[in-house]
Amino acid sequence: MPATVTTDKVEQTIVSALAELGPERDEITRDATFEQLDIDSLDLVEVAQVIEEEFGVEIKGEEAEKLNTVGDAIDLVVAKAS
Amino acid sequence: MSREGSALVTGASRGIGAAIARALAAEGWPVGVNYRSDQDGAKRVAREIERAGGSAEPVPGDVSDAGAADSIVGALEERFGTVLVLVNNAGVRADGLSPQIGDEDWERVLDTNLSGAFRLTRRALRGMMRARFGRVVNVASIVGQRANPGQANYAASKAGLVGLTGTVAAEVARRGVTVNAVAPGLVETEMTNGVGQERFLDAVPARRAGTPEEVAACVRFLVSEEASYVTGTTLTVDGGLTA
Repeated sequence: MPATVTTDKVEQTIVSALAELGPERDEITRDATFEQLDIDSLDLVEVAQVIEEEFGVEIKGEEAEKLNTVGDAIDLVVAKAS
Repeated sequence: MSREGSALVTGASRGIGAAIARALAAEGWPVGVNYRSDQDGAKRVAREIERAGGSAEPVPGDVSDAGAADSIVGALEERFGTVLVLVNNAGVRADGLSPQIGDEDWERVLDTNLSGAFRLTRRALRGMMRARFGRVVNVASIVGQRANPGQANYAASKAGLVGLTGTVAAEVARRGVTVNAVAPGLVETEMTNGVGQERFLDAVPARRAGTPEEVAACVRFLVSEEASYVTGTTLTVDGGLTA
């Protein structure tokens, strides 16, 4: 069962998925860009997989391409889940 | 030697697929022996592997079905853990000269040989990327590069596999996942009966057909730790036919 989607829960999930890919937790703020965090397109695919498993929300390739910051990703997942 | 994770070989109830399943089991991989219709054959292959001290499980599923990748990989992961080795071997032929290949025969061959391989690769890459290790081997054919009149659909599917191999390899190389292909020439199996063996044999410098085991040995290498820097390539196994 997908978890209930709240902004906090999405943020926690995305931050911990990103933290596993290299950046330090305190660097991962809403305003941080993926470029600053050294998160590439393949990393985002992995994050998208975690999101899909956790919330049942599918993020397409073209949507992922437009994401610049951690906040963008959080907002997209919350918007798609509601 | 036993390993964490498992190997999946599609179309492994006989021929080249069965030889590959046995070879990977001998390397210590628990093996999923996928089959579409030949359940007896798949059970026989699994039994042989277990008798030789390995682990194997027959896994039903027609790779041309859109939902098959999930059910096949899911079944194997439940039994043996993450699929870290995927060998896309399942293949069908429906020969005819191009003007006479109907849509159905075109689609059936492409769906099984190419789309099936893509869907399984897409599904299995999830676990491989997470594990930072994976091996995908696509069983192509020299017909992907060298014309064999009467096999336009088969050739297109096999050439497609070679293109798929290189691109996916480049995408996932930095995760420790390698993606390669083998391109067998004329190999003695049920599937090659009636492909015009005699005509081909004269052109084979080795003057004989290959065996499924000779193809399996190449797959075994590509799957090994030692092949960790080999990716995106196609290893031709054809007795010199395309040399």
